[in-house]
Amino acid sequence: MDSKDYLKDISAIKDLMNKSSKFISLSGLSAVFAGIYSLIGAAYYYFNVQQPSNNNLILTKDIVSSITLIILLVGFATTITTFYFTSIRSKTTNEKTWNSASKNLAISFSTSLYIGILYIAILYFKEEYTYIIALLLLFYGLGLINASKYTTNIVKPLGVIEVIIGLLCIIYPQQSFWFWVVGFGIVHVIYGGIIYYKYDKKEN
Amino acid sequence: MKNIILNINKAFDNRVRLGIMSILVVTESADFKRLKELLGVTDGNLASHAKALEKVNYIKIEKQFINRKPNTKYYASELGKQEFKKHINALEKIIKNI
Repeated sequence: MDSKDYLKDISAIKDLMNKSSKFISLSGLSAVFAGIYSLIGAAYYYFNVQQPSNNNLILTKDIVSSITLIILLVGFATTITTFYFTSIRSKTTNEKTWNSASKNLAISFSTSLYIGILYIAILYFKEEYTYIIALLLLFYGLGLINASKYTTNIVKPLGVIEVIIGLLCIIYPQQSFWFWVVGFGIVHVIYGGIIYYKYDKKEN
Repeated sequence: MKNIILNINKAFDNRVRLGIMSILVVTESADFKRLKELLGVTDGNLASHAKALEKVNYIKIEKQFINRKPNTKYYASELGKQEFKKHINALEKIIKNI
């Protein structure tokens, strides 16, 4: 065996280690749709739930339960869409949708997120609504950062952005609505779009 | 040059065996289907190379039934992980010497 073969060995090893421990089939499109759903949810809230005359918005139980319903619907739609686009993309990348890498990805993402959701649920039942959106952004970002080691897609910067927006939202909780629009809506659409054109399209 | 070659492990001299080890050192375990999918080799080829690695105790093979279907799981042993590391270090040295 000469040195050229050893170089080939090394690149084969690197490739296999990456392939076996990282998931490659996450689609940028799922982020775009997550953003669109968030914006639809925000628009619904803006035109139907919020009282426009009331500048100093007081969070009544009614308003908060509508907000919760919107969040749950957006979360649900996003999950379904992500599964859908992932299974489509895994056909072009020739990767099994449910393998050890994607399992690790899902587990590491949802662990942080679910701990956050539990925390938010506790606050909800204590009728402390001020930081719900801020915490959602924060824990969602942490989930992304945590999951980023199991995928080749670049989700870490997105996680960092969400964490920063979440922290800002804690400082200005009365602007939660706009932080939601920016953090879950606009950031997702732009970020997902960039990822989609940079990576998904290239491989097809 | 001779003592550099010394640490090159004969057991990893084959692309498939090297591949199996690469996968198993970064994942906790992998089943037959997953290995086949990642390596792109035939059943018989994979089975014989896996057996060769098991013979020198670099990997552990565990056979079980999931929903009545036979399922074979592969793990890297501690010895295998150590030997693989040595092999990689040896490769690195050779490449540095080019």
